[in-house]
Amino acid sequence: MTITAKKSNRIQLTFQHLETQGKAALIPYIMAGDPSLEVTQSLILTLEKAGADIIELGVPFSDPIADGPVIQKAAERALKSGTTLPAILKMVKTIREQSNIPLILMTYYNSIMAMGEETFCSQAVQVGIDGVIVPDMPPEESDTLCQASSNAGGPLPIFLLAPTSTPSRQLEVIKRTKGFIYYVSITGITGAKLMDMTSVKKNVQKIQKSAKKPVAVGFGISTPQQAHDVSEFANGVIIGSALVRYVEQYYSGEKSLKNIGRFVKSLKNGTS
Amino acid sequence: MVMIPDAQGRFGQYGGRYVPETLMPAILELEQAYLTVRKDRAFQQEFHDYLKQYVGRPTPLYFAKRLTKTLGGAKIYLKREDLCHTGAHKINNTIGQVLLTRRMKKKRIIAETGAGQHGVAVATVSAMFGLDAEIYMGTEDMERQALNVFRMRLLGAKVTGVNAGSRTLKDAISEAMRDWTTNVKSTHYLLGSVLGAHPYPMMIRDFQSVIGREARKQILTAEGKLPNKLVACVGGGSNSIGLFYPFIKDSKVNMIGVEAGGKGIASGKHAARFAGGKPGVLHGTMTYLLQDRHGQVNLTHSVSAGLDYPAVGPEHSMHHDTGRIQFTSATDDEALAAFDFLSQEEGIIPALESAHAVAEVIKLAPTMKKTQIIVMNLSGRGDKDVQQIARMRGIPL
Repeated sequence: MTITAKKSNRIQLTFQHLETQGKAALIPYIMAGDPSLEVTQSLILTLEKAGADIIELGVPFSDPIADGPVIQKAAERALKSGTTLPAILKMVKTIREQSNIPLILMTYYNSIMAMGEETFCSQAVQVGIDGVIVPDMPPEESDTLCQASSNAGGPLPIFLLAPTSTPSRQLEVIKRTKGFIYYVSITGITGAKLMDMTSVKKNVQKIQKSAKKPVAVGFGISTPQQAHDVSEFANGVIIGSALVRYVEQYYSGEKSLKNIGRFVKSLKNGTS
Repeated sequence: MVMIPDAQGRFGQYGGRYVPETLMPAILELEQAYLTVRKDRAFQQEFHDYLKQYVGRPTPLYFAKRLTKTLGGAKIYLKREDLCHTGAHKINNTIGQVLLTRRMKKKRIIAETGAGQHGVAVATVSAMFGLDAEIYMGTEDMERQALNVFRMRLLGAKVTGVNAGSRTLKDAISEAMRDWTTNVKSTHYLLGSVLGAHPYPMMIRDFQSVIGREARKQILTAEGKLPNKLVACVGGGSNSIGLFYPFIKDSKVNMIGVEAGGKGIASGKHAARFAGGKPGVLHGTMTYLLQDRHGQVNLTHSVSAGLDYPAVGPEHSMHHDTGRIQFTSATDDEALAAFDFLSQEEGIIPALESAHAVAEVIKLAPTMKKTQIIVMNLSGRGDKDVQQIARMRGIPL
C-alpha cells in the first residue's frame, strides 16, 4: 500500500483503501516503552511488516483506570524504563524516517494536560502522530482538546462508544470523532473476555448506519478467530491486551520479534 | 445566584467528569437521581430520620475547657463527629447514598477505603439494608488498619485487597472504578469523599454539610456569635467541606484546612496537595494533584491512611485559589503529639486524621485572643489507630 497524501489523512486514507478491498483494518496496540522505547521502535516496524494497518501506541500512566491488569503492568514496566510522553514523540519522529503507517496515541488526559493541550497537539502533529484516543475524556470534557487539535491540524481526536452509551450520546460521539469510532465491545476494562459477538455485531451495525464513519472494535478480542469474526462486520479490529501479554511473555530479543510478527500475521490472516 | 458547581460539575476550572464512556451513562443517571431526591421532601425526611435515630445526630459541639485553658488563647469547641455511629463523619454520606442506591434499585454496592472508616460505614449501611457490599482497600492500608478490616468483615462485607501502585487509597479508588466499569448496570459506587466525577463532589458535600449546619446553630446558641476560625483536616475533603460549606458566605469566618505534611514538605514524603501539587486530572476530576512534570501521579506519605491521597476535592481547589479557605499542613510527628495531647487533656482519643486538625489548633489557639473562638471538626475517633500507634512505639498488645 502506498499512501502519499497529507500526514493528517493517513487514518482516513487507510480506511478508504481497505474498504475498496472489502477488508477491515488490523489495529494492534502496544505500550510505548514496554520494555523500552528502542524495542517499541522495532516492534512498530515488525507489526507493520506483519500486516498491521494502523498502530495504537499506549502512553504509560501511573493510574490507568480503564485498563485491566495486563496493560496496567505494561504501563508500570514502561514507566520503570523511564518512558515519558516527550520521549515517545521523539521516538515517533525517528520512526517516521522509515514508516508511513498511521499512528495513534492512547493516553490518559493528565499526560496531555501536563504538557498543555496546544503544545501536545502541535508536537504530535509535527512528529507524525495521526490520532489520539483519551479513554478518560468523554465528549463533555473534550472541547478544548478538540479545538487545539483543529488549530494544530491534528492529531485526530478519536472517541469511544460503549454498550452502555445511549442514542443521544452516540450522536454526540459520532459528531465529534474524527478518523473512526472506537467501539468498546464489552462493559468493562481492557483485557476482559468478549462474551457476546451477536450483540457486538448488532450495535456496531447500528452505529455504522447512522455514523457513516468507520467503526473499529476493541477490548476483549484476543484470538485470530475472534479477529476474523469481528472483521466480518466492523471496519477495524483492535488487539490490545492479547498482544501486550505476548510482548510481556515472549520478548527477549530479535527472535521474539519474529514470534510476535507471526502472531500478528495470524491475526491479519483472520481479518482478510 | 451562581450555582456552584455549574451544570457540568465545575467549581471554577476544577471538577468535571473525566471518566470512560462506559461509565458516563451511570454518572448521568446518578446525577439525575440525586437532583430529584435533593428536592424531594420525603427523601430528605428519611435521610434526617436515619441521621437522628441511627447515627445519633446532632453530634455535640463540645467546649474543650481544659484544652482551652492549657493553650491559653482562643476558646476551642470540638464538633464531635467521633461520636457518630461507626466512629466518624463518614456515615453521614453513606446513609445518604445508600438511600439513593435503593431508589435507583441497585442491589450491589462497591466502595474504596483508606483508613477503613468509610469502608466500615459502607459495610454498616449495606448490612442495615441487606445489600451486597465489596470494599476495595490497599494492602498497605489493610496492614495499618487491620481492626477496621476485621470490622468490615464482621458486618458481612467483602474486603478486597489492592496490591497495585502505592497499595493505598489511590489504588483502591482505581480498582473500585474498574469494578464499576465492569458491573455498572447492577452496582452503585459509593464513593467516600468529595472526589471523583460530578455529581460526587457536590452530592457528598451536601450530605456532609449537616455537620456545619448543626455547628453553626450550636455555636450561635452557645456564644451568640459566629466563630473566628474553623479548622478541619483535609484528605479528600469531606469532613472539612461538611463543616465549612454552611459558613462559606460568612465572610468573617476564617477557614483552615490541614493537609498531611508526612515527614515534612521538603522531604517530598507527604500528601500536601496545595504545598506540592498543581492542577491535574485523577479519578474523574480536575483538581490539585501531586504529580511529576510529565503528569505521573506521585506516591504520597502520611502516618494517617485517611489523608494519604495525591488529590483533593475540586471545590477545595477553587476555594484555595480564591483564598476563601487557607491550607496548611501538620507533619506525622505533630499529629502524633496532638493525638497524645488531646487524649490526655480532654479524655478524647482522636483519629490520626483528626489529630492533624488538633495539631493546627495547638499552634493557632495561643496566638488568638481569649474572646475569640475556634470550631474544630473532630472528624473521627482514634480507636482504630490504637494498634498502629502501639506498634510504632514497640508496645506489644
